Amino acid sequence: MPRRILLGDECVALGAVHAGVSSAYAYPGTPATEILEYLLEFRRRHGRPFAAWCANEKTAMEEALGACFVGRRALVSMKHVGLNVAADPFVNAALVGTHGGLVVAVADDPGMHSSQNEQDSRFYADFARVLCLEPATQQEAYDMTAAAFDLSERFAVPVMLRLVTRLAHSRTAIEVAAEPRPENPVRKALRPQSWILLPSHARRQWHDLLGRQQEMVAWSEDCRWNRLTLNPDDRELGVITTGLARNYFEENARELASRPSHLHIGAYPLPLALIRRLAGQVKRLLVFEEGYPLVERLLRGLLDTPLPILGKLTGEVPLEGELTPDNVRPALGLPARPLTNPGDLALPTRPPQLCQGCSHGHMYHALKQALAGQAQSTVTADIGCYTLGALPPYDAIESCVCMGASVGMAKGASEAGFRPAVAVIGDSTFLHSGLTPLLDAVHEDADMTLIILDNETTAMTGGQESIAPSARLKDIVLGLGVDPGHLHVVEVLPRRVPQIAELLRGEFAHPGLSVVIAVRECLETARRRRKLVEVKPS
Amino acid sequence: MKIDIMLAGVGGQGVLSLAALIGRAAVAEGLHVKQSEVHGMAQRGGAVLSHLRLSDQVIASDLIPLGTADLILSMEPLESLRYLAYLSPTATVVTSVDPFINIPDYPPKEEILARLRRLPRAVLVEAERLAREAGDVLSRNTVMVGAAAHLLPLRRESFDGAIRQTFEAKGERALEMNFAAFEAGWRVSA
Repeated sequence: MPRRILLGDECVALGAVHAGVSSAYAYPGTPATEILEYLLEFRRRHGRPFAAWCANEKTAMEEALGACFVGRRALVSMKHVGLNVAADPFVNAALVGTHGGLVVAVADDPGMHSSQNEQDSRFYADFARVLCLEPATQQEAYDMTAAAFDLSERFAVPVMLRLVTRLAHSRTAIEVAAEPRPENPVRKALRPQSWILLPSHARRQWHDLLGRQQEMVAWSEDCRWNRLTLNPDDRELGVITTGLARNYFEENARELASRPSHLHIGAYPLPLALIRRLAGQVKRLLVFEEGYPLVERLLRGLLDTPLPILGKLTGEVPLEGELTPDNVRPALGLPARPLTNPGDLALPTRPPQLCQGCSHGHMYHALKQALAGQAQSTVTADIGCYTLGALPPYDAIESCVCMGASVGMAKGASEAGFRPAVAVIGDSTFLHSGLTPLLDAVHEDADMTLIILDNETTAMTGGQESIAPSARLKDIVLGLGVDPGHLHVVEVLPRRVPQIAELLRGEFAHPGLSVVIAVRECLETARRRRKLVEVKPS
Repeated sequence: MKIDIMLAGVGGQGVLSLAALIGRAAVAEGLHVKQSEVHGMAQRGGAVLSHLRLSDQVIASDLIPLGTADLILSMEPLESLRYLAYLSPTATVVTSVDPFINIPDYPPKEEILARLRRLPRAVLVEAERLAREAGDVLSRNTVMVGAAAHLLPLRRESFDGAIRQTFEAKGERALEMNFAAFEAGWRVSA
């Protein structure tokens, strides 16, 4: 079999291609971005499969669902919080009985390297009553993606592929198939009514889905990713690992006096019989899972005998952050590794920051000048590079909650009696989730000022093209009904900072909705674009 | 045989390109390689760390355990000191001496270098000067790989192959410069 060096994310992308995927959709989000980036490049070179960025994760999920609706295989990928945005189509996609395989690749970010929370997507799979596969290695990421399409068609449900940062962004060599499977032909569902979730149909579909749960568990019991290794000579401890936790357990296992019986879970729903067999052999269970204590919680209701279960809920394993080869040691009874060099010099931290000369910085200077002298003010903000405006030297924003929240929160604060209320959002985030709250603000002519920082790209995730070009942004805002007299487009240049501040001051005084679009191309994107032009044959 | 390397630097310095060069050379020798990277918010001018593991056995964890790394290879002197807790008793620090100052409380350079010189095994590399002499200041990453190459169980030809693989598409001049940069780094620890 051919070998390739790939990032975990790229293994998912190539696994999908080799499984005959026809369509792939996504919105950029760390650590999932590289899945679609790989597929876009693949499409550029080979013409297939169809791959495209979308306005947000919900539209991506729905577009993927449309491909499955006509019998094709589709992949949708996102970061964990993106699944919150796409939760509505995801949960309902479990009911329609899809005949084209739908794989939902979700990359969680335990430890919050680049995220607002560390929610565990496996709960969504459990909630929607669908299969979930959790790779522990890049090879598994590739193999499981390919298998996920077959499973999706076999059980007529979307299949979640749950990744985490350390797998998504780790590179290694894997073996890949020599020949890709052909794509599915276009074919509508045999029972089209299953897609019409009217209550009468939905009740039947729900009943069917519940009926398939036993088959899914039966599959899980002897699937190759759930492996039970019993040690009849050691009846003390049984270890359960999920996902990457297996690697950290293995990294330490050779130091144990005796290797405990071990069940690794890579596929859900939980393999109940395997768990009971393990529990029947040992006096205590220890659970290592990357993310929330999902298995640990479920176990407490599953076992026939009351067995001590140790893990995140009982404090043996850290409840917060990601697992490491070091923080699993205490639970295994291993001492911390001796540190020869603890590092005695107090080092200043080096947090991420806006690039030198970034227009967001100029805009924050203008904003602070404009707000100077106000007895009070508030600036809600959003998710992107400009969130770094929360840090010194800017200290310019006061909130970052979820995509688009800046707009609705400024409206809510204003209507609760606070002024001036200012919202700051990037162009890509605005197009992702800022349009609908702006409609609300237009409807009430809310007393607030919205600043759209238009750097003409999705900068934080590596400069993906925004779903609408910068030139159309003004018309989009006007189309939502914003008063043209209080809509301004300004070019952000350092020398114009005082004028921009003056303009903002005027709009803060206006007792209604104002929108300022501050335009300046991202430095990084511009640099990359120049580079592309340079390498083009002269 | 296993070699665990902590690659350090500041976002934008090309830490991942260091990892890619060494990784390619290791793969050419049939070794198992795992390389954990940093993407997204952490890359924006912040401290960047990549775990690179080479072994003739299957590698379990993508992360290197504390107290076990064989080498810190750093593009920046302050950053090289951030991960000392990962070092094994016999490990070496190989770092560029060129500070990247984008924080207000950056310590005096001499203080950092003095701290590095007190380590049992440290190789301080004037990467920028050597890269400029090789023809392009941007080849400092290749200088650093050259400086660390003695400490890695990989043949010189494997590095040459990796350099060729990486820079061939950029033209003959880029390729020559990077060979020169590697050689300059190599001579630092020779």
